[in-house]
Amino acid sequence: MQVPAPFEYERATSVDQAIGLLDRLGDTARLIAGGHSLLPMMKLRLANFEYLIDINDLAGELGHITVEPGQIRIGALTRHRELLESAVLAETFPIFADAERVIADPVVRNRGTIGGSLCQADPSEDLSAVCTTLGASCVIQGAGGRRVVTMEEFHRGPYETAVGDAEMLIEVRFPVRPYGSSAYEKVERRAGDWAVVSAGAAVWLADSASTDTDTDTGAAGGAGAIGGARPVIAGARVGLAAVGPNTTGLPEISRALRGLPPSEELYERAGTIAAASCEPVTDRRGSADYKRHLAKELTVRALRRSVARAQQARTNGGTHSSTGNGAGHRTGHGNGHPQGD
Amino acid sequence: MQVTMTVNGDEVTREIEGHLLLVHFLRDHLALTGTHWGCDTSNCGTCVVWMDGEPVKSCTVLAAMAGGHDIRTVEGLEREGRLDPVQQGFMECHGLQCGFCTPGMMMTARALLDRNKEPSEQEIREALSGQICRCTGYTTIVRSIQWAAAEEAGTRTARGAESFGHRQIRRGGLDRAEADDRGEGPELSRRHICLPARP
Repeated sequence: MQVPAPFEYERATSVDQAIGLLDRLGDTARLIAGGHSLLPMMKLRLANFEYLIDINDLAGELGHITVEPGQIRIGALTRHRELLESAVLAETFPIFADAERVIADPVVRNRGTIGGSLCQADPSEDLSAVCTTLGASCVIQGAGGRRVVTMEEFHRGPYETAVGDAEMLIEVRFPVRPYGSSAYEKVERRAGDWAVVSAGAAVWLADSASTDTDTDTGAAGGAGAIGGARPVIAGARVGLAAVGPNTTGLPEISRALRGLPPSEELYERAGTIAAASCEPVTDRRGSADYKRHLAKELTVRALRRSVARAQQARTNGGTHSSTGNGAGHRTGHGNGHPQGD
Repeated sequence: MQVTMTVNGDEVTREIEGHLLLVHFLRDHLALTGTHWGCDTSNCGTCVVWMDGEPVKSCTVLAAMAGGHDIRTVEGLEREGRLDPVQQGFMECHGLQCGFCTPGMMMTARALLDRNKEPSEQEIREALSGQICRCTGYTTIVRSIQWAAAEEAGTRTARGAESFGHRQIRRGGLDRAEADDRGEGPELSRRHICLPARP
């Protein structure tokens, strides 16, 4: 029988109180949210704590998806299922629904949280790759106040984050830019498994002043060629999971794509950079060579789909990536299911 | 520490240790052994119960975390002596062989049908994707859930299991009722087993 070693259970009543407890108990205590990473590790004695502080009652403070001008803020206690079902994320960052559909299984997604996923810092974890791809920043709160760190600063290595013993991750912030979209591609051995390799892409386009009449070779069939002008990539980010010590962002790809019109050749070039930049190891999930192949191919597919989506959204004339529909829009546990935690 | 929660509508209070898992609380403290305890790693899904109306894997929830919440187990599916249509569907369509995965399958299925009255086969399979049947009897599990959906829809549209192409099994040329009358295979003949119609 696998059970965690004995510990004292405390239930947090507010973020401040939880931080107070962490401050007092030091590294003998750990926060527990969904528990679907921590409890298995404690059962296996890979982690042992004298105190667990249950933060599931803090959904009022930490369970939210908030749209503001220029950014979306997601509370650390927002659950996978809420991310999957969020209409505003589906519109602004479709990468979330792509990834959430293949993270664990629906029952686990009812419990697991974005904060827990990031704090677990597993190099194969998909939501971390999503946050890396989108250039997210993490808000960490401690007794002395709040600080904001980038994803690169947040993940210090496998299972290691910038969150101190007396601190907690309270929010993840995502910058929103116009005329953009995103996508996620994952290869897994079976439903709900960790990735063999995953790749996320986010692109932001801009209308080019060029009157170049070449046919757009992008996968969207030229949907973005409005008024004869070919769009160019104003910005692009690619993030990979399961091919290195952390979910990795690849700035070299961002540099290679910037300012150029999207094309299959460009995606190929980005894929080649991805394959060359990652550090996969041979394990039960596949050989290093196979994973490099996947890193390239999935990068190509994710970029292709991101560009197609951005152009499609523009063609549809939707409010894609617009945050002008009012600050403070909240979707908490808004799916009609009572969830008192 | 003391924990109080609602289980199948009844409030229960027990003295527990902080590291007790919900699955063991239900089985060992409340003797609700319908919830099975399987892989212990939140992979197999036989321990699925509802917490505030949502399926959760009770091997990965602390009993203490369930304090103050509403828990429903497979024992709570039956209402006033009447089986839930999902339970009935598992009987009608041979949705279980060894029965080990059944409680979790049925709890997830019930939650699915509460959200989606007419799920497609793909939606059913996705909903069950976190659950493992060690007999690999997925086809009949899916069919059982389709039976339940049709049964519930039948109260509105009079659509029955026939629309899914089930047929009644006949053993040795005897109808079940006949076999029962002759005292042959009474256990099996209590219910009709559904098999797919031959093309």
